[in-house]
Amino acid sequence: MENLHFLTRFDYTLIIVALGAALLGTVSGALGTYAVLRRQSLLGDAISHAALPGIVIAFMLTGSKTPLILVLGAAIAGWLGTLIILSIVRLTRIKYDSAFSLVLSTFFGFGLVLLTQIQRNGDANQAGLDDFIFGQAATMLKRDVLTIGILGGFALVIMLILWKELKLLVFDEGFAASIGFPTRVLDILLTSLFVIAIVIGLQAVGAVLMSAMLVAPAVAARQWTDKISLMVLLAACFGALAGVSGTFISSIAVGIPTGPTIILCATVIVGFSIAFAPNRGLLWNSIRQHRNRRSLKIATAKLIGAAATKNQIKNDTRPS
Amino acid sequence: MQVPDAKAIEVTDLTVAYRETPVLWDIDLDVPPGVLLAIVGPNGAGKTTLIKAILGLVRPAAGNVLIYNKPYDAQRRIVGYVPQRGSVDWDFPTNVLDVVMMGRYGALGWIKRPGKQDRELAMQALEKVGMEKYTNRQISQLSGGQQQRVFLARALVQDATVYLMDEPFQGVDATTERAIVTLLQELRENGKTVVVVHHDLQTVTDYFDWVTFLNIRRIASGPVDDTFTPENLRETYGGRIAFMKNR
Amino acid sequence: MIQDHLDIILIAIVTASACALPGVFLVLRRMTLMSDAISHAILPGIVLAFFLTHNISSPLLILAAAATGVLTVVFVELLQKTKLVKEDAAIGLVFPALFSIGVILISRFASNVHLDTDAVLLGELAYARFNRLEIFGYDIGPISFSVMGGMLLLNLAFILIFYKELKLATFDASLAATLGFAPTLIHYGLMTLVSMTTVGAFDAVGSILVVALIAGPPATAYLMTDSLARMLILSVIIGCVNAVSGYLLAYPFGVSIAGTIATVTFLVFGLIFLIVPNRGLIAIARRHIRQKWEFAQTMLVIHLFNHEGLPEAHEESEIAHLHEHLQWEPTFATRVVKQALNNRYVSQEATQLMLTDRGRSIAQRALVQ
Repeated sequence: MENLHFLTRFDYTLIIVALGAALLGTVSGALGTYAVLRRQSLLGDAISHAALPGIVIAFMLTGSKTPLILVLGAAIAGWLGTLIILSIVRLTRIKYDSAFSLVLSTFFGFGLVLLTQIQRNGDANQAGLDDFIFGQAATMLKRDVLTIGILGGFALVIMLILWKELKLLVFDEGFAASIGFPTRVLDILLTSLFVIAIVIGLQAVGAVLMSAMLVAPAVAARQWTDKISLMVLLAACFGALAGVSGTFISSIAVGIPTGPTIILCATVIVGFSIAFAPNRGLLWNSIRQHRNRRSLKIATAKLIGAAATKNQIKNDTRPS
Repeated sequence: MQVPDAKAIEVTDLTVAYRETPVLWDIDLDVPPGVLLAIVGPNGAGKTTLIKAILGLVRPAAGNVLIYNKPYDAQRRIVGYVPQRGSVDWDFPTNVLDVVMMGRYGALGWIKRPGKQDRELAMQALEKVGMEKYTNRQISQLSGGQQQRVFLARALVQDATVYLMDEPFQGVDATTERAIVTLLQELRENGKTVVVVHHDLQTVTDYFDWVTFLNIRRIASGPVDDTFTPENLRETYGGRIAFMKNR
Repeated sequence: MIQDHLDIILIAIVTASACALPGVFLVLRRMTLMSDAISHAILPGIVLAFFLTHNISSPLLILAAAATGVLTVVFVELLQKTKLVKEDAAIGLVFPALFSIGVILISRFASNVHLDTDAVLLGELAYARFNRLEIFGYDIGPISFSVMGGMLLLNLAFILIFYKELKLATFDASLAATLGFAPTLIHYGLMTLVSMTTVGAFDAVGSILVVALIAGPPATAYLMTDSLARMLILSVIIGCVNAVSGYLLAYPFGVSIAGTIATVTFLVFGLIFLIVPNRGLIAIARRHIRQKWEFAQTMLVIHLFNHEGLPEAHEESEIAHLHEHLQWEPTFATRVVKQALNNRYVSQEATQLMLTDRGRSIAQRALVQ
């Protein structure tokens, strides 16, 4: 009886976690498409690390661990970090990568300082805040899934409403500006969508790995299609697939953390796509190259043959 | 040659600087309607910047730009733009028709999606540039000349009165170059004004009827027959000596 | 007690110096992202080596980490070579995958030993001194100190021996290649050192904050100097100052030492960015204001110069109409005219501005630059 009770509880938790991971994968996969196409794949890494002090400060100010409040803190800090990176690049000779590394690591360090500070003060309520570093999908509650659903859904709706504008921004910013779209505003908006996609996943996947949730599904999706709408859709599906399969695989045995397993599942999808996707995939490419080389050989042989016959004819008709 | 009163483009005292380095100094330029104008000058002369300043993409430090007597913001609909081909990532996951349809986005405004009519307009434009067979082709599989034709089609879809084109002949094959020239001349016959950043001095007299020499300042501007002179060429490309002699 | 402090400060100093040296080249070669990736990706290498040796302080761990670090670089480059993935995405794919493998290995098979993700990721300088090195029963100080001291010497030796090659490969890789200096070899040598330094620093500062030690001081120094040698020295000094003051600040509050060092790194960068002559924010703002007026005066003389002697000159040089032609605020235009008159670039005749010889030569010089 007790065992049975445990089983149903376990299943319920698992389903909640899987649902959360699927939602997360959908949102980050879809929005990650834009990050990958804009070559801002690593922006997510900066946002997720820079978010840590925001989470801790939000907790210190409110004393509450309501997901929405923590996510808001994370978003503000993530945004601030991004802004500082861009300002350093604009105002100094320091290049993007250095500014990026500096902000990422020092913001994270500051978050750690604050975290150790409240841990030392023995605030009983703080337990669980360090989930944001490593991710702890197994502790996901219904309210967490709800937060992911609402915020992620909001981001996806914005993306769909401004579909045409965002596509144009990513493809040809200059042209977008010339026909009157405020590219700066759109740029800020798109970055804000990235921030949302990142911060809703921090608790489950952790700051270190969250950026991969943005990159991997999109890279995999790119191999299968040449259409951006299909790419967004596929990336969302791949993200959800990685989320769900990662959750289930990690539940099979004790001691397999969920976040890293999700990331590995996403990586496997990428590997498979790069190897086997039609047209772009490596296998396809090598077959095509092989075929091309063969037909080239045949064509060359024919050409040489034709030239030889022609020469023959020339020689024959030449008056002696 | 008679010059009508209204000016298609009127640039007055335009100065543009990136940070502290001036790129354009006090440019005055009048473009009458219905001309096919080449902007020529050495690398770094500010040709692209001039186009971008006319389009309001860079903010001038001083000066003013008018399109048919009104500022650009009010005349956006009648201006078509062909950016440099290299300014976008051609590995972007989209096809030819979709890119051409982007030319309709300005007329569509916010949120509204392109419909059947926009599609037809895009098809017509693709026919004009001889790319109607490639509507569903992925853009990464196009040759340089085909990419340029797609960009031109996108501008044609804008159905503008004034066209600004940044190096449309850059890296295209001879056939495409001929096709583009024919197209530009056709536009001019229909009363459109076409401003082209051009690199190849050999072809200026063949292709264009109006020319502007630019090298950070405006050296000269006018009909090709009067303006495309050895003196102006030397002054634009020859640097310091030629310039000082003139004064 | 004092010995404890001294131990920690010494570890902090050698770690900061060892990280800052290769960091300079990463910052100049725009490759700090790679150090970020490496610092995460070497985790599985460490774990596997640990399974083999069952000794957290075995030198094999450093070698295994170095190998994994180089492997990361190779993976990223291979992915890029397929042309299917751009560089940023390749980095963003490789290191989370390797890191995930490491985390899973640890939590699955090593959860009871002294190797947990917290320690690897976050480090703790205060505990680093408890692992002490004993030779023939004599305590000769913390292991971290010996390891990072060794790394410091190794990095220093590499930079001193290959200084010329590193400099050339950093500023002109293709020239270095044509001169036969094998920039690829230098590249991989540097990456190996970065990997080894990173794993050596794990114990003390953890994998994320090691990035602050690698990128922070060199970025700060880059604001201060143009000379590579001076940048190397400054980076080491700044790194040490950050590390020591970080520790001294963290100690009384009992908060994360590595975190405080990172925070100090950011604050010092911010401070230098604000006050450094020429490139600092204050200097930029002051120069900007000065140049705005100089630039406006140049614009004015060029405007007059361009229309000089032409039919429209009369209209264009009318003082009252200047702001309309140049699209300036009237008050701004008045101030510029006043300054130009003071500098004798122009002279006033009735309501007209005329160029002086001085103004004309300024316009000419500006136009032919």
